[in-house]
Amino acid sequence: MTPDRSTRVKNTTDNTPAIVELTLSRFREFYREPEAVFWVFIFPILLAGGLGIAFRNRPAEASHIAVARSAANSPVVDSLKHASGIVVDVLDDTAAAAALRTGKVALVVVPRASGSVEYRFDEARPESRTARMVVDRAVQRAGGQQDPVPVADTKVSERGSRYIDFVVPGLLGMNLMGSGIWGIGFAIVDARKKKLLKRLIATPMSRAEYLASFLFFRLSLLVIEVATLIGFGTLVFGVPLRGSLTQLVIICVLSSLAFGGIGLLIAARPRTIEGASGLMNLVMLPMWVFSGVFFSSGNFPKAAQPFIQALPLTAVNDALRANMLQGASWGAVGGELAIIVTWLVVCFGLALRLFRWR
Amino acid sequence: MPASSTAPLALAVRGLRKAYADVVAVDALDLEVRSGECFGLLGPNGAGKTTTIEICEGLLNPDAGTVEVLGMQWARDGNALRSRLGIQLQETLLSEKLTVAESVKLFRSFYPAGRSVDEVVGLVQLDEKRGSRVGTLSGGQKQRLAVACALVGDPDLLFLDEPTTGLDPQSRRQLWDIIDRFRSEGGTTVLTTHYMDEAERLCDRVAIVDHGRVISLGTPRELIASLGAGHVIEFGVDGSREIDEAALLALAGVKSAHRAGGSWTLQVRAAHETIPVLLQTLETHGMPLTELRTHSPTLEDVFVTLTGRSLRDDA
Repeated sequence: MTPDRSTRVKNTTDNTPAIVELTLSRFREFYREPEAVFWVFIFPILLAGGLGIAFRNRPAEASHIAVARSAANSPVVDSLKHASGIVVDVLDDTAAAAALRTGKVALVVVPRASGSVEYRFDEARPESRTARMVVDRAVQRAGGQQDPVPVADTKVSERGSRYIDFVVPGLLGMNLMGSGIWGIGFAIVDARKKKLLKRLIATPMSRAEYLASFLFFRLSLLVIEVATLIGFGTLVFGVPLRGSLTQLVIICVLSSLAFGGIGLLIAARPRTIEGASGLMNLVMLPMWVFSGVFFSSGNFPKAAQPFIQALPLTAVNDALRANMLQGASWGAVGGELAIIVTWLVVCFGLALRLFRWR
Repeated sequence: MPASSTAPLALAVRGLRKAYADVVAVDALDLEVRSGECFGLLGPNGAGKTTTIEICEGLLNPDAGTVEVLGMQWARDGNALRSRLGIQLQETLLSEKLTVAESVKLFRSFYPAGRSVDEVVGLVQLDEKRGSRVGTLSGGQKQRLAVACALVGDPDLLFLDEPTTGLDPQSRRQLWDIIDRFRSEGGTTVLTTHYMDEAERLCDRVAIVDHGRVISLGTPRELIASLGAGHVIEFGVDGSREIDEAALLALAGVKSAHRAGGSWTLQVRAAHETIPVLLQTLETHGMPLTELRTHSPTLEDVFVTLTGRSLRDDA
């Protein structure tokens, strides 16, 4: 007798929802791959740190000049020693000539017995020309020259206009693009190559839930990615966060979804990692170059601007900068958000239509 | 315990046809699998076994023909069907970063009802590997994990596509035990294989498939009995002289004679009846014997008789 299977009681308890298990699998596959963790979290911070240090704003430099020892007691020397922005060395004639030649000093001052002053310098060197102006001004003032027009200096160093302020939102945008496209694209093509997709659709698993698990994973990771990079920029370099936090969150979420949609579209058909990898580079390379990550996209010719402005990363970078650096209103980022949403909708729509499960 | 011939059909395939760009993989194929039966599709590589089973699993659409699985059809009842089937594909690689238990739990989450993770992991004897990453498992362990993922939804019908290909003998036996156990609980199994011993050991009935068609169908015993041979004699002779096939067929008790390379295979009524006259004939013709073997007929002999080829000829 064959046992009657219709009377068997199937266990329906003790089961986690599929979407939870699928999303958990995404996390496990991610954090068990140390390289991926490095590229997503550590690399952008190293890059921001390196660029921040390389392009930091230096204080105005003093002019290094030399005065010939033969005239060390001249009143001119005295006045130069007290002038601000000038560092004076007293040197022998030969030593002074050598210092000028090797660039250790920008200018050599030789007071003459007649009361006149000779400046020796290389006119081709910008710091020498600056030193010539600063020194001459001090000398003339000591000689009694008066300014006919009174002036007042107000010194300004604006947070938000430094290079690091420009580059942190750009890196954030680049990171959102990279992890959206790579993170989703590779995982899906890998699963297709291993015939895992085929195996999964032989189960009652919902295909929508499978794809949604990638989005949930991306969005959870997004919180950590954005927080680390912005936190680093703000705490270490004082990069401003002038816009509303809600707006920043919405920009990041929409951007991440849009890049996820592009990743999904790229991964919709290829059967090999190599094929997908080529497509990803083809898609991302123009954006690395044109979308204003490291320098303004305005540097490219006017004829190219409509194309550049339509790129998703350009819109993302512009929106992030408008929010963080200018505290933009919703209206000011509306155009960028519209471009991002268009990419999101079009890419998702196409990806779902073209997606190959086998 | 063969399923009774009145049991309802678990699988009914009629007039199935599937062609790819350059080859007809399945051609007018009919199959009926009864509930509770273990049914084998036996045939060489490229016979159309995988195409047939993937159409039955709802993974491929046939060009023509009808498929009824558990009384349902793919076009109408796809989702209901998927939750009642357990499937192992020929070459799926599960995610290497997940552990055994995590993989089974993931598959369990797709089914509205099923077995517990612990039960299934125990069933395929992977308890000790519960927490190990899939990437660290041996081939046999990976295959048992694949079967665990097929069983975790507590299926009524299990499809296994070459479950033991490439496995060592011990791993094969472990998988056979799992399949036996599923069958003893009343489950229906459809498996493909190109190992005759596997089909003989596991299957209630076997369909021998070649060039996309079923060329013979029956219990392994029936198929073997259909040869009408009590024994099979294989022998080789030295020398350049040819033996006449007619001369061999004329010997006492010989049913058929096939030549493969330098050796001959004779299907005979009884070995003790034919061997003495065979040896005598060879001696008379001055042909020294280089080898002589006898065995009981197997499904391999059935295949050779039907097609004139060996099962494992990859040509």
